[in-house]
Amino acid sequence: MTADAGDAQRLTEVLRANAESLIDKWVSAVAGLLRGRSTKTELERDFREFFTALLPLVGSDGRDVGGPRFTEIRSLLEEYSRSRVRAGFTPTETASSVFSLKREVFELTQDDPSLHREVLVFSGLLDSLGLLTFESYARVREEIIREQAEQLLELTTPVVKIWEGVLAVPLVGTLDSARTQVVMEKLLESLVETGSEHAIIDITGVSAVDTQVAQHLLKTVVAARLMGAECIVSGIRPQIAQTIVALGIEFGDIVTKASLADALRHALRREGVDVVRREVG
Amino acid sequence: MPPRSGGPEELRISGDDDVVRVRQLVRTYAQQTKLSLVDQTKLVTAASELARNTLIYGGGGFARVEEISDGRRSGVRASFHDEGPGIPDLTLALADGWSSGSGLGLGLSGARRLVDEFDLDTEVGRGTVVTVVKWKR
Amino acid sequence: MERVPILKIGGVLLVSIQIDLHDQSVLALQEDLAEKISATGAHGVVIDISAVEIVDSFIGRMFATIASISRLFDADTVVVGMRPAVAITLVELGLTLGGVRTALDLERGMKILGQLGRQRRGVLPHSGELERDF
Repeated sequence: MTADAGDAQRLTEVLRANAESLIDKWVSAVAGLLRGRSTKTELERDFREFFTALLPLVGSDGRDVGGPRFTEIRSLLEEYSRSRVRAGFTPTETASSVFSLKREVFELTQDDPSLHREVLVFSGLLDSLGLLTFESYARVREEIIREQAEQLLELTTPVVKIWEGVLAVPLVGTLDSARTQVVMEKLLESLVETGSEHAIIDITGVSAVDTQVAQHLLKTVVAARLMGAECIVSGIRPQIAQTIVALGIEFGDIVTKASLADALRHALRREGVDVVRREVG
Repeated sequence: MPPRSGGPEELRISGDDDVVRVRQLVRTYAQQTKLSLVDQTKLVTAASELARNTLIYGGGGFARVEEISDGRRSGVRASFHDEGPGIPDLTLALADGWSSGSGLGLGLSGARRLVDEFDLDTEVGRGTVVTVVKWKR
Repeated sequence: MERVPILKIGGVLLVSIQIDLHDQSVLALQEDLAEKISATGAHGVVIDISAVEIVDSFIGRMFATIASISRLFDADTVVVGMRPAVAITLVELGLTLGGVRTALDLERGMKILGQLGRQRRGVLPHSGELERDF
């Protein structure tokens, strides 16, 4: 349902003529809703911009909200949602900012029955825009979660130098394919940066591996070899050993050691370092 | 000649130099799309294999590179076109170690492992188009 | 076509690849090296690829070929400085270097050649773990 061009124009006129008071009431309503977490000045700036972009769209029922006419208002709403997510507002609070305008427009036009049809269409438009806000909100939140997951990944997988020429990566928790890949790339980079010829991948703290993860581990060991370094895998737990065998993954001539300590001893010997126990006391 | 907006760009493949040029063009697009260094290297290597195939088996042709998006993420698409003899047995051509000319026979199967999407369109006597896509992680 | 220069340092030939390799350059390098090893009687070849951004199957096969050629002249080959991204890509590609020795950098590559040379002359035992010099 779309309104006649003439009628839509009349509603536009009414909205334009009452812009100031409308925006004012709209800002007050939303400010009350947000209980002071957004200043009126901020809201007024955002809403004025939104209102200006909205006026030329009056007459549309919002079904073509993905179209080129809506480009400007879409990016405005996207930006609005983004700042709301970052500031910790709920999706309802965010979308209500758009829906609140409806009530103000209803009140403004209720005494003029000839406008009812257009207001109904306008209401559909605001519904679409409100839903758009909702979607942007969800998308931005997903982005943030993804960013945080990546940051967490960086934090939880340190590559440490435990001896001159020996690096260690203690892996903890559940290994998924993406995480293994990131860790392994970081390990290979570190080999070059520190000029280390040995790396110990300790999986004592790993609860489970699947085929893909085991493959990534294997590929890392082979890649390290191509670079002129040797990887030692330590701390393979019995269940994981069983999985590896059951999956038919060939570890071939890769050096594996029961514990990180054994692996370190092996690496040191290869580095030409002997560890000797000295009589104490 | 750096691409301006990530729009498609085409390069003729008729000699050795062109294989190197295709690598450079693909790298420019991969950097522009901000693929990770490893993904850049994988895509450029795949492009190198495929461009050489186009030259050796297809008797030359052209490469087309462009930046693409599926709404959620961006990526780089590269396609390699020739009007050569085509590939009679696809299964065989995609198997590791198979090769009808020089090279190790890793060209097609190797390139496929390096990219996210791999599409091969071939007709005996008409030619071959190989299209690969690498998405930003 | 650009040619890759080959430097002689003592009994070792150093090939440092600083260009984007054309297939023709690869073939030319193999020929040049064979001639140079034969002419100089070098006991080792170091190929420094720390500046190389991609190694495809054609370039990868060159390492194995050079190693085989060197072996015919009783010389060893070490590939040094492979970048992590290149190594990961080669593994994914399914390419092996046919048993070519590798080292992190030029210095270590030279050291390995020294050890292999001594082993050849019977100064070091052939079997068992290679002890590192310190």
